[in-house]
Amino acid sequence: MISPMSQPVDSSSNALETSPRSAPALHRQPIISTIGARAFLLEAPGDFDLASQRRIWALAQALRQWDALGEIVPGMTNLLAIFKITPEDPDAVTARLREAWERAESIDIKGKTIEIGVIYGGEHATDLAALCDHTGLTDREVVRLHHEGTYTVFALGSAPGFGYLHGLDPRIHMPRKTVPSLKMAKGCVTIGGMQTGVAVLTGPNGWNSIGFADHQMFDPKAAVPAIMAPGDTVRFLPERIEL
Amino acid sequence: MIEILNTGPLNTIQDIGRPGYRDIGVTASGAMDPLALKIANLLVGNEEGAAAIEVQTFPFRLRFSAATAFAVAGGGRATLDNVILPPWWSQTAGAGQVLELLPSPASARAYIAFAGGVDVPLVLGSRSTSLRGAFGGIDGRSMTSGDILQLGEPARTVFAADGLGVVPPATALSALFPVAADGTLLVRALPAGEHDLFGADAERFWSQSWKISPQSDRTGYRLSGEPVRPTAPVEMRSYGIVPGVVQVPPGGEPIVQMSDANTAGGYPKIAGVLEADLWRLGQARIGSRLRFVRSSHAEARTLDQAIAAYVDDVRSTSQMVARALKTIAGR
Repeated sequence: MISPMSQPVDSSSNALETSPRSAPALHRQPIISTIGARAFLLEAPGDFDLASQRRIWALAQALRQWDALGEIVPGMTNLLAIFKITPEDPDAVTARLREAWERAESIDIKGKTIEIGVIYGGEHATDLAALCDHTGLTDREVVRLHHEGTYTVFALGSAPGFGYLHGLDPRIHMPRKTVPSLKMAKGCVTIGGMQTGVAVLTGPNGWNSIGFADHQMFDPKAAVPAIMAPGDTVRFLPERIEL
Repeated sequence: MIEILNTGPLNTIQDIGRPGYRDIGVTASGAMDPLALKIANLLVGNEEGAAAIEVQTFPFRLRFSAATAFAVAGGGRATLDNVILPPWWSQTAGAGQVLELLPSPASARAYIAFAGGVDVPLVLGSRSTSLRGAFGGIDGRSMTSGDILQLGEPARTVFAADGLGVVPPATALSALFPVAADGTLLVRALPAGEHDLFGADAERFWSQSWKISPQSDRTGYRLSGEPVRPTAPVEMRSYGIVPGVVQVPPGGEPIVQMSDANTAGGYPKIAGVLEADLWRLGQARIGSRLRFVRSSHAEARTLDQAIAAYVDDVRSTSQMVARALKTIAGR
């Protein structure tokens, strides 16, 4: 009902090429802020890259040992730590999180490789033409650059089982749409900024669709509900190209 | 067994929610007014977080197929076979009796709990309906007329014959949960990450009153008022969020994320509502006004503790009454 909150229309999707906000890219220290009294957000300093994300994964692993935490939500080079009860001294929490960040060594998650068959072009590729206009590439080149890429699952979020994939060729980066598609189908293969992903729900979506994948990403009744996990490698295999 | 006779759209089964899965993109969901849910459950001898019916569109009518202890808390005006029930009330209905809920002016949502709880399958540790994910509750959907709900095994069998009520939290805790003289809801919040990037507009965010727009639902509330904007465009990387986060999309009118909040966001966030005030926001009606009041961790703890004490008080009183009735019944 409130489209800007639906997956994945958050403005982060086109946030990644330029950062008018000086922080955190130009800082050496992480930025720590709060959401309400129980949740603390740590934003890593530096670029939006695999090195930063690996350190976020390491931090998440370290924080799993903290009994006071109820939930740990790694984001895109950031992490939300949700406490079970409101901490008495927020400054002490901030100091402790900073210390944990300093200690967090980069870890390399040896994830699985997921191969996703994609029909490029066709009825679901509603934004392929716009992508060609934006990039100056032909549709064939856009598709080739997309399926030749090797992607890393940075984090899951926004919708059940949705994986934010890093590793998109800079030549096919494209900002999200200012006016989201109101009813983009589950399975659309999309580009949002320097990220790509596969829509897991039918609904409003601000990312740019270039194809379609019939691949079950989430089953709430399965022992492991989400197919993707942070650190996994994703490859897109062109099943068909309809241009 | 319960038969739903009449229901508006978007009434769902909710329990205390499904936290713990945000890292795979799963929204916590759960009651918009968790305090009313807890009280309704405690009055019928359930665990405080058991599954109940959340009614947010009225009129709502259901029929009991057998004698059943139930409680109604939060909003709504309830009648049992056309006899008016007091607010925040529990009673035992007889087989065939009809419970009806009409809207109440002050509160948006009512919770109907039943002894034993609503028996729908647990999905990811919760019975809450996730409409967006299409799972939980009744096959992931809203209730429709004709739905039949099964109930779990009640924890106790003896209830006060004439019913039992509690003093609503807004009354019992009125000193801690103030409302402005003109009826504006005062919502305690802490500044969030991008607060200071709003420059002078940040102060206006706190000082003006905001109206809850019709584009508001369990996902979030869109607020209308004079827009607030950061002094320069703010671009964010996707970050995890929790209900209560106040984000500002480019238009400058804030959105407060609620129970069905997305798990990640990208808009700059100006504030985060204290969890202790979320139940009041969950009861705020479309068209009503609120103002954000800058708070502190210390105040948050005080409020958390006051709510916990109120809930504990209802739990122990309810248990005490149940024990006394059992003793009397055993004579």
